[in-house]
Amino acid sequence: MLSFILRRLGTMALTMLCLTLVVFFLINLDPNLKKLAISQTEMHTSAEQLESWLVNHGYRQNFFSRYAQWLGIAPKQPVINPETGEPTKRFSFCNDPVVPTFSGVLQGDFGCSTKFKTTVASKLFPALGATGILMFWVLVVMVPISLLIGILAGMREGTRTDRTLSVASIASTATPEYVSGVIFTVIFASWLGWLNGSAASASRGITFYNFTLPVMTLAIYGIGYIARMTRASMVEVMTQQYIRTARLKGLSFGSVVVKHALRNALIAPFTVIMLQFPWLLTGVVIVEVMFRYQGFGYTLVEAAGNNDIDLLLGCSLVSVFIVLITQLISDVGYAFLNPRIRVQ
Amino acid sequence: MNEAVRNPAEPIIEIENLSISFFTRKGEIPAVMDFSCTVMPGEAMGIVGESGCGKSTVSLGIMRDLSNIGKIVGGRIKFQGKDMGELSEEELRAIRGNKIAMIYQEPMASLNPAMKVGQQLMEVPLIHDKVSKEEAYKRALEMVRSVRLPDPERMMRSFPHQLSGGQQQRIVIAMALLSKPALLLLDEPTTALDVTVEAGIVDLVKGLGEKFGTSMIFVSHNLGLILETCDRITVMYSGEAVETGKIKDVFDRMRHPYTQGLFRSIPLPGADKNSRPLISIPGQLPLPHERPKGCNFGPRCHHFVEGVCNAAEIPMIAVEGHEGHFSRCVRFNEIDWEALPPGAKKVNERIEPGAPVLKIEDLRKYYKVGGSEVFGSSGGRVVKANETISFMARESETVAIVGESGCGKSTLAKVLLGLETASSGSVTLGNKQIESTSVEKRSVETVSSIQMVFQNPFDTLNPSHTVGSQIIRTLEKFNVGKTVADRRKRMLELLDLVKLPRAFETRKPRQLSGGQKQRIGVARAFAGDAKVVVADEPVSALDVSVQAAVTELLMDIQRKNKTTMLFISHDLSVVRYIADRVVVMYLGYIVEQGTTDQIFSPPYHPYTEALLSAIPIADTSVIKKHIVLEGDIPSAMNPPTGCPFQTRCGYKKLVPDNLCETQVPPVKNLGDGHMSLCWLADDVLAKMEPVIKFDKEHAAHEGVPDDAPQGAAGPGFAGAPPKRPRGKRPKLTDG
Amino acid sequence: MQLEYIGAFDVVLGVLARFWPVWIALVVVMGASFAYKKRLGLYGQLFDSAVGIAGVGICLFWLFTAIFASTVAPFNPLAQVAIMKDALPGAVEPQSGLVYLFGGDKLARDVFSRMVYGSQIVLIIAPAATGFALMVGITLGLPAGYYGGKIDTVLSFLANLVLAFPVILLFYLLVTPGIMDTPIPYAMAGLFFLFPIVFFSVLFWTRYKKRPDRLYILLGLTLIIGGWVYAGLVFDADPFRIIHIDPNQLNIFVAVVFASSPGVFRIVRGLVMDIKTRDYVAAAQTRGESPWYIMLWEILPNARGPLIVDACLRIGYTTILLGTLGYFGLGLAPESPDWGTAIKDASRLLRSFIHPALPPTIALMSFVLGLNLLADSLREQSMKD
Ligand SMILES: Nc1ncnc2c1ncn2[C@@H]1O[C@H](COP(=O)(O)OP(=O)(O)O)[C@@H](O)[C@H]1O
Ligand code: SF4
Ligand code: SF4
Ligand SMILES: [Mg+2]
Repeated sequence: MLSFILRRLGTMALTMLCLTLVVFFLINLDPNLKKLAISQTEMHTSAEQLESWLVNHGYRQNFFSRYAQWLGIAPKQPVINPETGEPTKRFSFCNDPVVPTFSGVLQGDFGCSTKFKTTVASKLFPALGATGILMFWVLVVMVPISLLIGILAGMREGTRTDRTLSVASIASTATPEYVSGVIFTVIFASWLGWLNGSAASASRGITFYNFTLPVMTLAIYGIGYIARMTRASMVEVMTQQYIRTARLKGLSFGSVVVKHALRNALIAPFTVIMLQFPWLLTGVVIVEVMFRYQGFGYTLVEAAGNNDIDLLLGCSLVSVFIVLITQLISDVGYAFLNPRIRVQ
Repeated sequence: MNEAVRNPAEPIIEIENLSISFFTRKGEIPAVMDFSCTVMPGEAMGIVGESGCGKSTVSLGIMRDLSNIGKIVGGRIKFQGKDMGELSEEELRAIRGNKIAMIYQEPMASLNPAMKVGQQLMEVPLIHDKVSKEEAYKRALEMVRSVRLPDPERMMRSFPHQLSGGQQQRIVIAMALLSKPALLLLDEPTTALDVTVEAGIVDLVKGLGEKFGTSMIFVSHNLGLILETCDRITVMYSGEAVETGKIKDVFDRMRHPYTQGLFRSIPLPGADKNSRPLISIPGQLPLPHERPKGCNFGPRCHHFVEGVCNAAEIPMIAVEGHEGHFSRCVRFNEIDWEALPPGAKKVNERIEPGAPVLKIEDLRKYYKVGGSEVFGSSGGRVVKANETISFMARESETVAIVGESGCGKSTLAKVLLGLETASSGSVTLGNKQIESTSVEKRSVETVSSIQMVFQNPFDTLNPSHTVGSQIIRTLEKFNVGKTVADRRKRMLELLDLVKLPRAFETRKPRQLSGGQKQRIGVARAFAGDAKVVVADEPVSALDVSVQAAVTELLMDIQRKNKTTMLFISHDLSVVRYIADRVVVMYLGYIVEQGTTDQIFSPPYHPYTEALLSAIPIADTSVIKKHIVLEGDIPSAMNPPTGCPFQTRCGYKKLVPDNLCETQVPPVKNLGDGHMSLCWLADDVLAKMEPVIKFDKEHAAHEGVPDDAPQGAAGPGFAGAPPKRPRGKRPKLTDG
Repeated sequence: MQLEYIGAFDVVLGVLARFWPVWIALVVVMGASFAYKKRLGLYGQLFDSAVGIAGVGICLFWLFTAIFASTVAPFNPLAQVAIMKDALPGAVEPQSGLVYLFGGDKLARDVFSRMVYGSQIVLIIAPAATGFALMVGITLGLPAGYYGGKIDTVLSFLANLVLAFPVILLFYLLVTPGIMDTPIPYAMAGLFFLFPIVFFSVLFWTRYKKRPDRLYILLGLTLIIGGWVYAGLVFDADPFRIIHIDPNQLNIFVAVVFASSPGVFRIVRGLVMDIKTRDYVAAAQTRGESPWYIMLWEILPNARGPLIVDACLRIGYTTILLGTLGYFGLGLAPESPDWGTAIKDASRLLRSFIHPALPPTIALMSFVLGLNLLADSLREQSMKD
C-alpha cells in the first residue's frame, strides 16, 4: 500500500511538473505578454515602450530560466533599473528579492499579482478559504441527498419511485450551473424575493439569505450525477447472487439493503464523488462569478481576464493539485472500501 | 432435533402441477409447466436437464424468489404439509434460510465480497434462532469445522476472495446447514469447480442426509453426479418433467426417449469411437414460446407418430412394475427400447496414425508477473506455466491433454498457435521450428496448418459480423480461392461440411444456438485444411444432447482430412472415448502420458488415479475406487517444491527420504512409451488396482445395445468385479 | 411611441405556429420510425419506452429547428430594432407587424429568433466536435488497450494530464483572442483533423488489403474527401469555397476536441481491455490477422453500444461546455446568438428583466435533457439484449 501511494505521489509530481510547464508556456505566449504590458502601462504607449516594460520586468528572459525561477530551482534574478543601473524589485508592491535568491513555488513564493497589486499568496489563500466554505456546504447538501435518491431509486429497479427519481436526476444533470443559477435567481430572488441574488455580502458573514442560492446552484448539477451513479451501482448490486443469498437466508428487505447492499453499492459513487472535483471547480467559477462571491473561482477569472501571470499560475497549480489529490484519495479510499483490492 | 423427522412417512415437500411463467416484453414465457414431485425426509431428489429447461426456476419457485417478472401461474407447493402459497411474506422469511436453504452454482458470487465469512455465517443463527453473538460464533465455527475446512478460525476472519473456489463452496454449504434445514436446494453446486474439488464437495453433500436428516433437491445437468448423490431422479425437458423415478429404474430401464437419448449421447464406459460411437439427439431444444403441440420432444424423437404424439398434451403416465416411475410419453409401451435409431448404426474403421506431425521437446513457458509498468519492474515473480513439456502427435491421431484449471493446458495451446512464444524448448510442425515465431510472423501456410476450436461457443464468433463473412475472411487470410465468388462457394461447402443449412450464411451469431456456433467454429478451423487442430474443451460448454453431435462431427472431419487433433479437456470420460493417446498435466508438468489403454489401466500416476476416481460416471454398473484429494490445486504463482502433486498426494508416504517434497521426480518409462513423473517404486506401481470396475452381471443395460464383444467394455476396465450389493454403493478406501 | 402587445395566449399560439415546419418534420419522422420500429434495430427499440420517445422527440425537435431556422425565426438574430429595446414578450414590431414573441433584449434584438438561430451553432459544433473527439479517442484508445505496456503507459499519462486540467482553466488558456495570433490552434487542428483520415485509411486498408478493386476506390474516396475537408478546415484553402470555418469557431472547436478526447480515450481503452480477452479475438489472432485489423474490425464493432451512449452524453456535455464558453465570453463573437452568450447577457440584467434569460436557458436545458434521456434509454435497451 505504501509503495502504491509513493508511486502515485511520484506520478502526481511528474503530472504537476508537466502541467505547470504547459500553463507557463501558454500564459507567456507573446500576445498574452503584450496584453499584460498594455494593461500595466498607460494608454497609447508605443510598441517600443511596451517592449521595454516587458524587458524591465524580466519577461524577456529565457523561457526555461524563467520557469526554473518560478519553480524555485534557479535563483530569481532581480531586474536592473535602466535609469539607475541598480538591481531592483520587479514590482514595488511585492517583496521580490534584490539579490539573486532561490525564491519560487518550492520555497513557498508564488510571485506577484499584477492585477491586485499584492503577492499572490495574500490574494489566493483567503480566496481558497472562502471557496472551501462554499464547497463544504455544497458537499453537506449534495452528498446525502444524492446518495439517498440513488439508493431509493436503485433499491427496487423499475418501480414508479425509481422512474420518477431517475428522470429527476437526469433532468438535474441537464441543468448546468449557469442555467440553474439563472432560473433559481428568477424564482427565488426576482419573483419570490426570499433569497439574495448576490453572495457578495457572504464574504463578511454567511447567512441563509445570501448563501443558499450559490450552494443550491452548485449542488443541483452534482446531485443528479452522483444519484445516477449510485442508482446504477445499487441496481447492479441488487441483482448480485449474494443479495439473493442474503434474501434467502431470511433477512428482511430492509436488512438486505442496509447490511449487504449498501456497502458494496457505495464503493463506486465514492470514487465518483471524488472525481467530481474537476467538474465542481468549473461550477465554482461560474457560481462565484454569477453571485459575485470573492472566492477562488472569482480570483481565477480575474487573473485570466487580466493576464495576471503569477496569479494565474498559482490558480492552476492549486486546481491541478486539488484534482490530483482527490484522485489519489479516491484510489486509496476505493482500495480501502473494497477488500478485494486491499490485499493486493 | 429437527421437526422434519417427526413423521417419516409424511413428505417434506410436495409439488403438485407447478407452472411458472416469466412475463417479459415479448409476452409470457412459460418456464415450467405441470411439474410435480415429492421429496421424503432424508431423501435426495435429483433434477436433471439441459440449460433453459427450467431446473433453476423450479428451485427458485420453491423459494418463492422469482424476481418481479416471474409468477407461479398454477399448481401448489406444500412444505411440511402447509401450502406455501398461503404463507405471508413474514412466514416465508421464517422458512427461507431456516427450513429451506439453497446453494448455487457460483460460490464466489453467492458470498458478499465486502463482509467477512464469519459474519455472514453468524447472520443465520442470529436471525432465525435469535441467539447471542457468542453462541452464533460458536455454532458457525462448529459448522465450518464440520464441512471439513482447514483452520476454521482463520476462515471465519477471511473475506470470500481470500478463499479458493472449493473452500467458498464449503462455506456456502456451511451457511445453508447452519439452521439445520429440512430441505436443501442445490443448484449445480459443483459446475464451477474442478473435478477433483467437485469430488470432495460431492463426498460432503452425500453424507448430509444421514448426518443431519436433511432432504435434498439436487439440480444438475450431469447424470453421473445425480447417480452419485441422489435416490430418485426427475428428468426435465423444455419446461416439463418427462420422466421420474428411482435412480436405478430410470438409469437401467428408462421409459422416455429423451432420457434414453441423453444416455446414448454421453460417453459411458463401453462407448468407443470406432466400434460403438455415440448417438446424438437430432435437432435442438425448442424456444419456450415455440414449443410444439403435444409432446415437446416430438420434433426430435424418432418414435414420433403423427396424430398420437401431437394429438393432445401428454400427462405423466405410470410405468407398471416400478413404484413411483412415471414417463411423459404415450408410446413407451410400444417402443422397442433396444433398437438403434435408423442410420445411427455405423462402425468406423480404425485409422492407423501416420508419420509424426507435431513434435514438442522440453518446452517451457514462463511468465513474468507483478512489477510496475511505470518505474520499471521491481520484484516481479515468475510463473512457470509450462515445464519440460515433451510429446509428439502423429497424422490422424487424437492426442488428449487432460488436466484441471491452471495446469497449463491453455498456455500450451497458445504457444502452439503462436499467441505466445516459448521460453525454451522446441516445437516442430512438419519440419519447421515454430516455438519462437509469433503468429504475426508465421507464414500463411504455417498459420493455416495449425488452427484452433475454442471452448466457449458464445465467445468464439464475433457477434458483429455474419457467419458467412467470418468464414470468408478466414478463407481470404488463408489464400483459399482467387475471387470473392470462389471463396463464397468454398464457404458454402464448409457449411455443408459441418451440416448446417446454407441459409446460415447471412445470420448473425446471436441467431444461432450454442451447438451451431460451435459448428461454425469447427468450419473455421478446418477452412485452410489444417494439419493440426487444437480443440480446447470444444464441447464442455454445450448441452449434453448437442455435445455428442459436435464431437462426432469433429471426428468425422478429422478422419476425412487425416488431421492431427490435440483435444484439451478436463473430462476423462470424453477423453477415453475420443483419444488415441493421452497426456495428463498438473501445475505445468506432464505427469503422465501414454496410449489411452495405458492411461486408463494401472499402474497409474497418483494424480491420474485421483482424477479417474473423481469423474462421475452415469452407469449404475460401474464401481469406482474412492479417492478424495485433500485441499485445492496450488496456485501456479506459488508452486510447491519437489513433485508438483506432493501437497495432495496420498502415496507420498510410500516414497522414502522425503524425496517427493524435495526433488522433482524423474520421468519414468513404464514401457511402450508410457511415461510417468513419479518417485514411486515399481513394486508399489505393480500393486495398483484399477479405479473403475465394470460389473459384468449388471451390464444388462436395457436401451444401450449390447453388441460389443464382452470384456471389451472399453480400455482400462477390469472384468468380473464382486457383485454389487443392493442399495448404497460400496465405498472403497484408498489403496 | 407606444408598443402594441398581444396576449399571453396569442404568444403561445404564435410560437407553436412559427415552428410549423418542425412539427411537420417531427410527425413524419417519428411516425415513420414508430411504424417501422421492429425493423430499425436499436433505434427502433427506443420507441418502446416513454423515456426513449421523449429523448428522440426532443433531440429531433432541436435538429429540425436548426435546419429550418430561417423559416421558423421571424427576424434576423442580429438585427436591432431600436424601439424594441427590452420589449416585453408579445410586443408587435411596428414596421413588419411581426411579433417579438419572447420580447426584445437590451440591444433590441428578437429573443425568439436568437434562440432559434442559437440552436444552429450548438447543433453544428457539439456533434461535430464530439465526432472528432471520438475519432481521436478511438484511434489512440485502441492501441493503448490492445497492446498495453509502454504505449498504454505513455498515452494514459497524457490523457490523465489533460483530464487533470480543470476544464475552465483549459479554456481560459486555449480559447483567447491572443492565441489566434499564434500557430497553436492551427497546429492542433492540423493534428486532430488528421485522425479521421488516418482512421478510415487504416480501416479500409486492413480489411481489403487482398481485394484491391475495393481497396483503391475506398482509399481514394477517403483521401479525396478527407483531404478536401482538411484543406478547407485547417488551411481555409478549400478550392470550391464550400468548406470554411471561422477562426473563432475553429479555436473553440479545437479546444473542445482537445478537452473531450481523453474521456473517449479512457472509455475505449477500458472496453478494448475487456473485449480483447474474448475468444473471437484469439480466433482472429490465430488466423494471422494484423493487430490493427483486430482492433478496428473485431473489437471496435463490439464496443459500439457503450460508445453510442457515451457519444450522446458527450454531445450534451459539449453543449453545456459551449454554453460555459459563451457565459464567460470566451471564443464566440459577442453578438453571436448562441445560448451561452445569450444567458450571459441576460443574467447581468436579471434584476430588471427576466424574459431574455428564460428562452435560452430552457432551450439549452431541454436539448441536453433530450440527449441524456436518449442516452439513458439507449443504455437501457442495449442492456436488455
Ligand atoms: N428472469 C427471467 N426472465 C425471463 N425468462 C427467464 C428468466 N429466468 C429464466 N427464464 C426462462 O425460463 C426458462 C428456464 O430457465 P432456468 O430455470 O434457468 O433453466 P435451467 O436452470 O434448467 O437452465 C428459460 O427458457 C429461460 O429463458
Ligand atoms: S410421446 Fe411420442 S414423440 Fe413424445 S417421446 Fe413419446 S414417442 Fe416420442
Ligand atoms: S512423486 Fe511422490 S508426491 Fe509426486 S506423485 Fe509420486 S508419490 Fe506422489
Ligand atoms: Mg440453471
